[in-house]
Amino acid sequence: MTSTNGRLEIPKPLAKQGGELDDRLHAAKGIRTFMRKVFPDHWTFLLGEIALYSFIILILTGIFLTLFFQPSMTQVVYHGSYTKLDGVRMSQAYESTLNLSFDVRGGLLMRQIHHWAADVFLAAILCHMLRIFFTGAYRKPRDTNWLIGIGMLTLGIFEGFLGYSMPDDLLSGTGVRIAEGVLLGIPVVGTYLSFFLFGGQFPGAEFVPRFYIIHVLLIPGLLLALVSAHLFLMVHQKHTQMPGKDHTEKNVVGQPAYPYFAVKTGAFFFFVFGVLALMGTFAQINPVWQPGPYTPTAISAGSQPDFYMGFLEGSLRMSPNWTWDIGGHTVAWNVIIPALVVPGIIFTILGLWPQLERWATGDKGYHNVNQRPRNAPTRTGVGMAGVTLYGILWLEGANDLIAVHFQIPLYTTTEIARYAVFIGPVVVFWLTRRICIGLQRRDASMLSHGIETGIIRQLPNGGFEELERPATEEEAALLIEHPPASVTQPRSDTDENGLPAPSSRGVLGKVQARAHDVFVEGISLAPPTNGHTNGHGGNGHNGHGEIEGGERAAVGAGQAEPSDDETE
Amino acid sequence: MSDNDAGLENAPEEQRPHRVVGTPPPAAGILTDPGRGDDADETAVEQPWIPADPPDPVLAKNWERVAALLFILSALASVGFIAAYVGLEIGKKNGDVVDATLRSNLALGTALSVAMLAVGIGMVIWVRYIMPPVEVAEERHPMASDPEDRSAFAETFIAGTETSQITKRPLLRRTLLAAVLPVAVAPLVILRDLGPLPGTSLRYTVWKKGTRLTVFGTNQPITPADFNSPGAMITVIPEGYQDNDEVLAKATCIIIKMEPGQLQIPTRYNDGVNGPKTLINSMNWTVDDIVAYSKICTHVGCPAALYEQTTQRILCPCHQSSFLANKGATVIFGPAPRPLPQLPITTDAEGYLVAQSDFQEPIGPSFWERG
Amino acid sequence: MRWITARRRRPLFGYAAVLLALVAIGSLYAAVTGLGSGGNASASSGSSSSQISEGKDLFAVSCASCHGEYAQGSSVAPSLVGAGAAAVDFQVGTGRMPLKEDDAEAPRKPPVFNQSQIYALAAYVASLGGGPAIPSSQDVSTAGASTALGQSLFNANCAQCHNYAGAGGALTEGKYAPPLTQATNRQIYEAMLTGPEAMPVFNNTTVTPQAKRDIIAYVTQTRAEANPGGFSLGRIGPTTEGLVAWLGGIAALILAAMWITAKRRDDVRTGEISDNQ
Repeated sequence: MTSTNGRLEIPKPLAKQGGELDDRLHAAKGIRTFMRKVFPDHWTFLLGEIALYSFIILILTGIFLTLFFQPSMTQVVYHGSYTKLDGVRMSQAYESTLNLSFDVRGGLLMRQIHHWAADVFLAAILCHMLRIFFTGAYRKPRDTNWLIGIGMLTLGIFEGFLGYSMPDDLLSGTGVRIAEGVLLGIPVVGTYLSFFLFGGQFPGAEFVPRFYIIHVLLIPGLLLALVSAHLFLMVHQKHTQMPGKDHTEKNVVGQPAYPYFAVKTGAFFFFVFGVLALMGTFAQINPVWQPGPYTPTAISAGSQPDFYMGFLEGSLRMSPNWTWDIGGHTVAWNVIIPALVVPGIIFTILGLWPQLERWATGDKGYHNVNQRPRNAPTRTGVGMAGVTLYGILWLEGANDLIAVHFQIPLYTTTEIARYAVFIGPVVVFWLTRRICIGLQRRDASMLSHGIETGIIRQLPNGGFEELERPATEEEAALLIEHPPASVTQPRSDTDENGLPAPSSRGVLGKVQARAHDVFVEGISLAPPTNGHTNGHGGNGHNGHGEIEGGERAAVGAGQAEPSDDETE
Repeated sequence: MSDNDAGLENAPEEQRPHRVVGTPPPAAGILTDPGRGDDADETAVEQPWIPADPPDPVLAKNWERVAALLFILSALASVGFIAAYVGLEIGKKNGDVVDATLRSNLALGTALSVAMLAVGIGMVIWVRYIMPPVEVAEERHPMASDPEDRSAFAETFIAGTETSQITKRPLLRRTLLAAVLPVAVAPLVILRDLGPLPGTSLRYTVWKKGTRLTVFGTNQPITPADFNSPGAMITVIPEGYQDNDEVLAKATCIIIKMEPGQLQIPTRYNDGVNGPKTLINSMNWTVDDIVAYSKICTHVGCPAALYEQTTQRILCPCHQSSFLANKGATVIFGPAPRPLPQLPITTDAEGYLVAQSDFQEPIGPSFWERG
Repeated sequence: MRWITARRRRPLFGYAAVLLALVAIGSLYAAVTGLGSGGNASASSGSSSSQISEGKDLFAVSCASCHGEYAQGSSVAPSLVGAGAAAVDFQVGTGRMPLKEDDAEAPRKPPVFNQSQIYALAAYVASLGGGPAIPSSQDVSTAGASTALGQSLFNANCAQCHNYAGAGGALTEGKYAPPLTQATNRQIYEAMLTGPEAMPVFNNTTVTPQAKRDIIAYVTQTRAEANPGGFSLGRIGPTTEGLVAWLGGIAALILAAMWITAKRRDDVRTGEISDNQ
């Protein structure tokens, strides 16, 4: 296949077929452009791929499962292979799951890979979401993609719940019962929603087939559409990149799609499949034959939903038992607040966060270079506070297991959680912000004073000092941050004519001004010039807004402004 | 520029520690793609924009052998998967079902895992050690369209809208909107037959005067003489309904036998909003220190089944709502808003425990119409 | 011998010597303390008068300080009059009694008495006020039992405390329902019959002996059953599964991602120490 000058030549049959395709598709330019597309390299950029490939594996294993699963609640008496349950009344859904596990070769493996893939899918989405959040990658132009991502997270959580509820075993049936109880508690329409979903009173004979079609057709369809839009936007807008030398807002540095990224992402697909297969082989998950079929008369100790529903479970457990009985109607706050209000607030703030941050910082520019978390202390603080809130709710969801394994009295776990859920995020927010600002100071010191080398030398007077070296260009490129002027300038109370600025009027205007100052507090990391001039008070704050009081360096005039905006 | 680096040059090279900040860039530097850009010069013979071969052929050859071994391993594992599928049978015909499933799962799963991981590792070795290292840069173009494109868009849109006449003909526009709106509502309406209306069905269960309490599982009725050990608890259901899950989801109860004098059920009435004020707790609803409560938790409907005989607490394991069984199942902890409803019981002519009537309040979780 | 001494200066020899010493000491200890002795079940559980008097002597030494000289109870321990031989066999046979520490609940621990002593104690307590007798081996045999009925009864009355697989669960104020992994058939029967500590009582007229055998069959078969899907992760459900998904799955994939995207060492430009001031 090599021509006379040693280079590869495309074999004739392949070239002919390629030509036939191009005759019909006009694709040569487009595919070439895609082959030369540059994908930046950082391990955190592969988190979304974990989710994507888990999703593909969910579809593949899911198709296998649909060939054997019976989505029917018709009651049967079991006389199958698993003799311990011989003679037990159960639904066909449960029976077909036992059949899959014990009579279909590879059935248990497919069931387990499917369920592990669901857990890993959602865990990966959360990791990916956190990476996007903490690096500010959701900023313009990617805020639309952020919203699509939050939509997929929500759909994924529902999809998982529907999926593990279909085998109709004791554990998942309890979850469905709890969902019914939550529905009933919704004011005005709750009983109607419950009767419509279950086709009457709980449990009815409808919810498994209804869950089935939503789980197998509707939500996967929506997810496929959303993930395609998500990936298209990512390709169209090009991926963000981490700060570094020669990494600018106007370029992408990395490796080309063909052959590098193609092979890497293919390899990672096999890794995801391999790890999920390992888990499906060596770690038992959802062994439905142990809890037995669902019956509304029975319950197990230590009943938890899958991890991604855990925060809702904890929320339900720690809620006080408030209800209002007014005018012949009951308002079940003990259910509405934990199951609807709390997740409603969390997901609304998540979805609207790019807009919230834009409003507070006034930063309406494009951002294609990621921000190190320390350079956005308030955002990072809010993120960690959110993680803490989610984590406390999640832990409380397993409070009975924690109580028995760590020998903490049961009621005490809930009482601790009730306080921790308020105090924890506040403390973590403050702590995280301070840590970020401290890290910024360290970066500024590295830029101005140099980087420790670890070489100690002794001075003539007997003392010791450590030698430092100046930051290289590459390192400085990583450390330096160029916020746009709209962010660093304080919000002025007056416009260019000396009249009160419209945006600062009213309560909202004052809140916005205060939010701005809180958000942009930090240390400017401008490039080093002669002498020690960067990093100390160079925020452009002329007495307005926050200055790190008392923290200026002893030297330096502190007036090094970022030379020019590299944003559009 | 630093204060402390005099003398640094005196340290021997291999002693100088390499403190690394961030991810270092590649040694070769960043290539820029000469063939990119809108008006790239598309010459007939293109120079390769990425190196064709790795810098160290010997190293690459060694790694190639490693990758090849891994690919062969993967192929063997795939064959092993097929062999395990064909060779290892499961199901009733083969002795211990669970052990047979374990063996099959282990064999199939291990083969699949090795097949996948070996290929993956081989491919990573291929791209990292056999392909030449490269870093390229690509220009980003502004996301916002050019002002000319935007105004051209606006022009086309305005022209089209004017031609469509929709802005000039309010009659057309408004009636069109009027036509579309009900169509949007119709899909919601046709969902009405998803289920029956709740009506008053949530207020009542199948318990009636004279319905016998039977032990769930054995379906045997029970007398106070049978159920005579203080500290005893058992799940009971209305006689004959053991296969009806909708009935069981509301009518399942627990009966508890207390020590003499331990039962102190207060006489309680409901608030009389949705009907006449009725008695909802009474010592007259017990028999021989035996009390019956609904097993369905008033929080969100899990069976509140855990009974501590030493503290007389009924604990629901879902969200830890706790009820004091000797004092009318009053709530002492947790998110449940109301006590477990008490089932009025007595004995029938043959001495078996029977219900006096249905529950005098709706069982289970709160709902809007409950009152 | 020379083979050993010739290698005595090898580094591995040190490890081998320590290992040998540990094994030797451990074996010696086990032999001396007779762990897991439990005694033989040869003595009958019938109550002969010599058994009762032996039991009375044992009781006076080990039980009377809390339960009172005549088992009438005290402020720290309940009366055992009417508790029955079955309760004694359970409590002492599982090592819960004699109580070592005043905790929220008496934990299972290695029994202090051997089986014939336990029978003696049981006979003595039974002589004080009757109560449920120790079940015979036919009473607790699972031959011909129905695990289907056992499963139904277990899930309705036991799983809410002990968990669906008998892995145990939390009660209030530090109490817990213990795992059912170690209880013998007889101990399970006796626990149902006598309702130890916070556990309710399931007497023989509510849960018949046959139903008890069905439950025992279900419990013992469940705990003996292999885990066909791999490691059981504790048989407590999605909590440990979630831990494995994060700490096993995601962690492994993140490590894989780090490896895939790492720069090769021979390919990087490292920071150069500049001599220019």
